[in-house]
Amino acid sequence: MVEHEDEQSDDENHEPTSFLTKYVWSQDHKVIAVQYSLTAIAIGLVALVLSWLMRMQLGFPGALEFIDEDAYYQYATMHGMIMVIYLLTAIFLGGFGNYLIPLMVGARDMVFPYLNMLSYWVYLLAVIVLTASFFVPGGPTGAGWTLYPPQSILQGTPGYEWGIILMLTSLVIFIVAFTMGGLNYVTTILQARARGMTLMRMPLTVWGIFIATFMGLLAFPALFVSGVMLLLDRVIGTSFFVPEIISLGDPLAYGGGSPLLFQHLFWFFGHPEVYIVALPAFGIVSDLLSVHARKNIFGYRMMVWALLAIGVLSFIVWAHHMYVSGMDPAFGFFFAITTLIIAVPTAIKVYNWVLTLWRADIHMTVPMLFSLSFILTFVFGGLTGLFLGNVVVDVPLSDTYFVVAHFHMVMGVAPIMIVFGAIYHWYPKITGRMLHGAMGQIHFWVTFLGTYAIYFPMHYLGFVGVPRRYYSYDEIDFIPESAHDLNAAITVAALIVGAAQLLFLYNVFWSLRKGEKAPANPWKATSLEWQTPQTPPAHGNWGKELPVVHRWAYDYSVPGAEEDYLPQNMPRQPFEKSGAHDPHDDKPVTDLQESDK
Amino acid sequence: MGQKSVESASGNPDNAGAVDQLVADWSSDREAFKGVSWGKSMMWIFLLSDTFVFGTFLTGYMTVRMSTTVAWPNPSEVFALTIGGTELPLILIAIMTFVLISSSGTMAMAVNMGYQRKPKQAAYLMLATAVLGAMFVSMQVFEWTKLIHEGVRPWANPFGAPQFGSTFFMITGFHGLHVTAGVIYLTVVATKVLKGHYEKSGDYQVVEITGLYWHFVDLVWVFIFAFFYLW
Repeated sequence: MVEHEDEQSDDENHEPTSFLTKYVWSQDHKVIAVQYSLTAIAIGLVALVLSWLMRMQLGFPGALEFIDEDAYYQYATMHGMIMVIYLLTAIFLGGFGNYLIPLMVGARDMVFPYLNMLSYWVYLLAVIVLTASFFVPGGPTGAGWTLYPPQSILQGTPGYEWGIILMLTSLVIFIVAFTMGGLNYVTTILQARARGMTLMRMPLTVWGIFIATFMGLLAFPALFVSGVMLLLDRVIGTSFFVPEIISLGDPLAYGGGSPLLFQHLFWFFGHPEVYIVALPAFGIVSDLLSVHARKNIFGYRMMVWALLAIGVLSFIVWAHHMYVSGMDPAFGFFFAITTLIIAVPTAIKVYNWVLTLWRADIHMTVPMLFSLSFILTFVFGGLTGLFLGNVVVDVPLSDTYFVVAHFHMVMGVAPIMIVFGAIYHWYPKITGRMLHGAMGQIHFWVTFLGTYAIYFPMHYLGFVGVPRRYYSYDEIDFIPESAHDLNAAITVAALIVGAAQLLFLYNVFWSLRKGEKAPANPWKATSLEWQTPQTPPAHGNWGKELPVVHRWAYDYSVPGAEEDYLPQNMPRQPFEKSGAHDPHDDKPVTDLQESDK
Repeated sequence: MGQKSVESASGNPDNAGAVDQLVADWSSDREAFKGVSWGKSMMWIFLLSDTFVFGTFLTGYMTVRMSTTVAWPNPSEVFALTIGGTELPLILIAIMTFVLISSSGTMAMAVNMGYQRKPKQAAYLMLATAVLGAMFVSMQVFEWTKLIHEGVRPWANPFGAPQFGSTFFMITGFHGLHVTAGVIYLTVVATKVLKGHYEKSGDYQVVEITGLYWHFVDLVWVFIFAFFYLW
């Protein structure tokens, strides 16, 4: 038997004292989490500005003269890649994963804190390499975020000189960073839980992050390999992905490669990536709803199994991104079926969220507002996903604004709503102060209504056939005048929504100093992170004694309880009926721990 | 410790079936893998991830091999050595494979010695493993040199499809990096074992963790060997 107690107390003795070891070269998961989040938000702001510039060009063509065709494609590429990988993946797993996993499962830190620190610094390096591509000759790559060869590595695509090389290098570095972090998260959840913390007592946040991380460990290798191969194609002239091509009358030195292979590898990563971003959001929203509606989550077990089912299924649907790439119809049939099957566990989750709210004591706090908007937005984007999952519907809609609207709703806006909700929810624990409520309300309503103003009309644009990825629509006859007006309106909405995010950032920094002092457990939540002896939690999280878990994380509105909730580390109370709330109450594990004391 | 109580709670492990035990382990608290250290479980998970890396490499290789328009060279001829006037197909690769598989043997013996708390023997066997690994890498260097002299490049190949050169250098290179990393890893751990770093705790599981990585690298080689040289 391995003595984990020793490993932990050993770690406790090494509390850092200097500023550098405490806040910069920190091995504390909480500091690393904040470092991850701030870096992700900083690079995310770059992507936000890029989206403004793109919208300016689309809404008011030619208004900003420095946006030429090349610049537009570069903005689109960088916006997509930054948002998906460097913001969402990093903030959900590196940020919330780092902060919440050890606190929620009752550990003192990640199992290998040094590796965890390394993960952040390598991630920062990836961000720096990515940012560097803005300053090299030719600028960043404009190949589109999917980086499809052959065009991404051939002359004529902006950023062909250096941008694509830096982009691929940065991705490879990011994957190294993610692997170091991800191994830590998975091992911590599997092997370093507190006494009494069974897997089926973990808050759904931990489940979501756990499954997403595991998926990342299996999906990122495909991006790693395709990135290395594409890099070799570009730098030393191999022909993995490039067939024979005649460019301007001259045959290129390439020949015999398979562009479709890249698409398969990319989407074998790319589709699970959607769920790597979505599953942590699923988990967090379940917890936010339960806390702020003062009610246990409906169908906890089903929620866990649905997460797992989504995780597994998402590995066998990737080619639905390739219906128009040229594929055997039988494969199209297979991938359409698997895609539609994913709707089943997803629907289970949505029903369970709604049933959690049914007849609940809903507190319209800011995190709750964001959670409710997540459900709406996710259902909205998910339904259009059912359209696009069918081959016959996808073919005409492919590469139109309908697709843009779909994926922004389902994996852009919806997870970002949860990022905000989670920040409003956990900010008091992280900083010891509350975020300003009124500013939060304004931020929420502008963002929520604004995103609908942006993306709802895009479905219409898609139906009238406005193609995506175009720099300008001036010369295209079939696009009606109304589409141009709509584009201008969307741009105005996008600028307003963007400005609201600045208000959010202002709130984050303002509240750090002037925010209302937060109590240890402002939302009266049951999960372990709210039961720490100090707020914000000190190094080692739990003081002298590790918490002992006696129940699941969803004992809200318990009849007979002094307050309306029972924290996870509260032993069974006399008024509780056996097996009333905890699906594990009948298991011997609890009883034995009682007698074990 | 709390773990003991949980285990006894799930019934007598001797009587319980393997499935029952598995269910009991996964539905218990603290650890899903009972008695497995953090380092060891993390190594297993890393290897699972690395499996996907090599799996993708090999899948890519197979796809490229099928999609290329020029005929694929015959590996038996390309990888033949002329020794004493006779051409022996795949002779070098046979020796390399033999060396690497033997190194798995010495590694397994090192793990055994570690658990018997014979640090000296364990360390020397690990160093022997490292030497065999280094031999493997040097033979690979020889093979690369020979092919490069014959005109094979990652972007060109006088024997047929250029993708032959691309995939060969990429996949064997990536595997060679893994072996090289393993040699360094083995040397570091063996030195620590020799210095008595683990004597205080008496826990030599680190030898097994190193061994897991090493066996994995060997296993990957078996697949590369089969797919690249025998196909």
